[in-house]
Amino acid sequence: MINFLLIPILIPFFTGMVLIFLHKNVRLQRILSLLALFCAAFMAFLVMVKVKNEGIQSVTFGDWPVPYGITMVADGMSSLLVFTTFVLGFFIVWYGFESIGRGREQFFYYPGIMFILTGVTGAFTTGDIFNLFVFFEVLLMSSYLLIVLGGEKGQLRESIKYILVNVISSALFVISVAYLYSVVGTLSMADISVKIAEINQPGIITTIAVLFLLVFGLKAAIFPLYFWLPSSYGAAPIPVLALFGALLTKVGVYAIMRTYTLFFVHDVSYTHKLLLILAVLTILAGCIGALATFNVKQIIIYNIVIAVGVILFGVAQMNETGLEGALFYLVHDMIIKAVLFMLVGLVIYVTGTADLRNMGGLMKTYPALGWFYLIAAFGLAGIPPLSGFVGKLLIVQGGFEAGNIWSSIFLLASSLIVLLSVIRIFIYAFWGEEGKRITIEKHRYNRMFFPTAVLVVISVAYGIGSEWVVPFMDNAAKILVDPSIYVDAVMKGGK
Amino acid sequence: MRTNNLILQFTSKFVFFIIFFFAVHIFFAGHYTPGGGFVGGLLMSSALVLLVIAYDLKTVQMILPVNYMYMTAIGLILALGTAAFPMFVGKPFFTHFYDYFHLPLIGKTSLHTAALFDLGVFLVVVGVTMTIIQTIGEDE
Repeated sequence: MINFLLIPILIPFFTGMVLIFLHKNVRLQRILSLLALFCAAFMAFLVMVKVKNEGIQSVTFGDWPVPYGITMVADGMSSLLVFTTFVLGFFIVWYGFESIGRGREQFFYYPGIMFILTGVTGAFTTGDIFNLFVFFEVLLMSSYLLIVLGGEKGQLRESIKYILVNVISSALFVISVAYLYSVVGTLSMADISVKIAEINQPGIITTIAVLFLLVFGLKAAIFPLYFWLPSSYGAAPIPVLALFGALLTKVGVYAIMRTYTLFFVHDVSYTHKLLLILAVLTILAGCIGALATFNVKQIIIYNIVIAVGVILFGVAQMNETGLEGALFYLVHDMIIKAVLFMLVGLVIYVTGTADLRNMGGLMKTYPALGWFYLIAAFGLAGIPPLSGFVGKLLIVQGGFEAGNIWSSIFLLASSLIVLLSVIRIFIYAFWGEEGKRITIEKHRYNRMFFPTAVLVVISVAYGIGSEWVVPFMDNAAKILVDPSIYVDAVMKGGK
Repeated sequence: MRTNNLILQFTSKFVFFIIFFFAVHIFFAGHYTPGGGFVGGLLMSSALVLLVIAYDLKTVQMILPVNYMYMTAIGLILALGTAAFPMFVGKPFFTHFYDYFHLPLIGKTSLHTAALFDLGVFLVVVGVTMTIIQTIGEDE
């Protein structure tokens, strides 16, 4: 069936619409959204397997021939990311049952989640640059709802910043697309790739490449455009923060990966050098931020910035090893950030504070939480059997192959700082004297802990079972290195 | 002092229907001339806003007991349904169908499924506009 790759996107979209009618019935909303996300994850898995076995899947809306209609393309990278998105969405929604609060649940929290997942997966799957913009707006609009929902003072203040930054970056996105359209005269990504190769990347295309880096960099929080991220994300409630931290910046990273491997590949010495420098600076800025704060949420938030730098460092190498590492690390980072935010949410729930200096001694009362946190922290830093290892190894290997010796060594050294920043949470919160403690409902804690623990196990399995993931990654990285595979598949698929 | 809105209220009773039918006209004309679901929806909500100005929110809600939030959702489902229907007959998503029919009174007419999609857009636009105006208007 030609529309098969659309089904994972349409399921949450349709569910979101239905949930609007049921917004007073919290129980039914919970059941329906979990069910929908499970089905979507299952279908996304089938699409991923199909892409691996039969090559790139594409469908052009309305039966139009290729460059004229909107094409949706599921290649290795996008099907992998869509699957990861739904798995994470499933566990984050489950976790949110006990932590988001009834007021929010009755006021369109679940439709918001469904629409944001539609936007994220749509952005991963689209093969049309303006349609990418539309899906960006879908996910941003829903994220505006989710960040302000609840109406606390901090949320109101930070949502203004968040909306302002994103409105500006969206306007820049439209301007960049307009420039690109005036040069190449097409919007289909495959066709743009062909046209740019024909005109052999004159100066104006390099300018547009930098403009796109600016736009997607604002969404993905690279240096020096990450300024809005720490405070905005800090205001959101924990399940929303987990969703944002795991997915939103990654869409920007995906867009950079897509445009910098498909369009702008003819003046690599300038564009990818710029990307490399910015990636290194992003890691540096994130490391400084992560060490400078005592707020547990902020520590993890700055780790998002570091991870964005690491992934883009892999992209900037422009060889198969580096790109495969970037993909490995991208999926790892989506999982591990969701896990860490959920764990940190539990720590905040138990202690009633986000300040490390007021915590302590949790290991005696919550040993399971402590051990799972330690595993997740080691996974983030990339200790060998765990999930962060393979990605970073490949990225560094790609860096050495491309001759960027010093920056690769810098990347390795930054892992130590990442480890230090998350181990600080462990030392302060779990060791030492008993800190301030508030009374909590044990059954709520248990119900929040269970999905978190399952997700930790999944992240460990992702690290240990890398052997099984490798064929998918190889398949995806091959397309990134050689854009002609993508172009041929899309052009042929339409007619 | 209570202001007397007689002229405004009386005029708006007429003007409402003029705008209403103009909105319907614009909606149906969209395929061949400027217009369509978006403009039609905006015009329709402007007719409703005129009523809200001439009377007040409660009266209008009494005359037209519509939940605009649900109207938006119905419009979305209609639009998605039209777009998704071709999937069940093995065509790509968003394929439209059309044919010529002999209708009583009107005669030979072309009917196009794009009009159903437009109807969805129409409902969404009216629903969203009226939701915004109602929630801001009811705010104390």
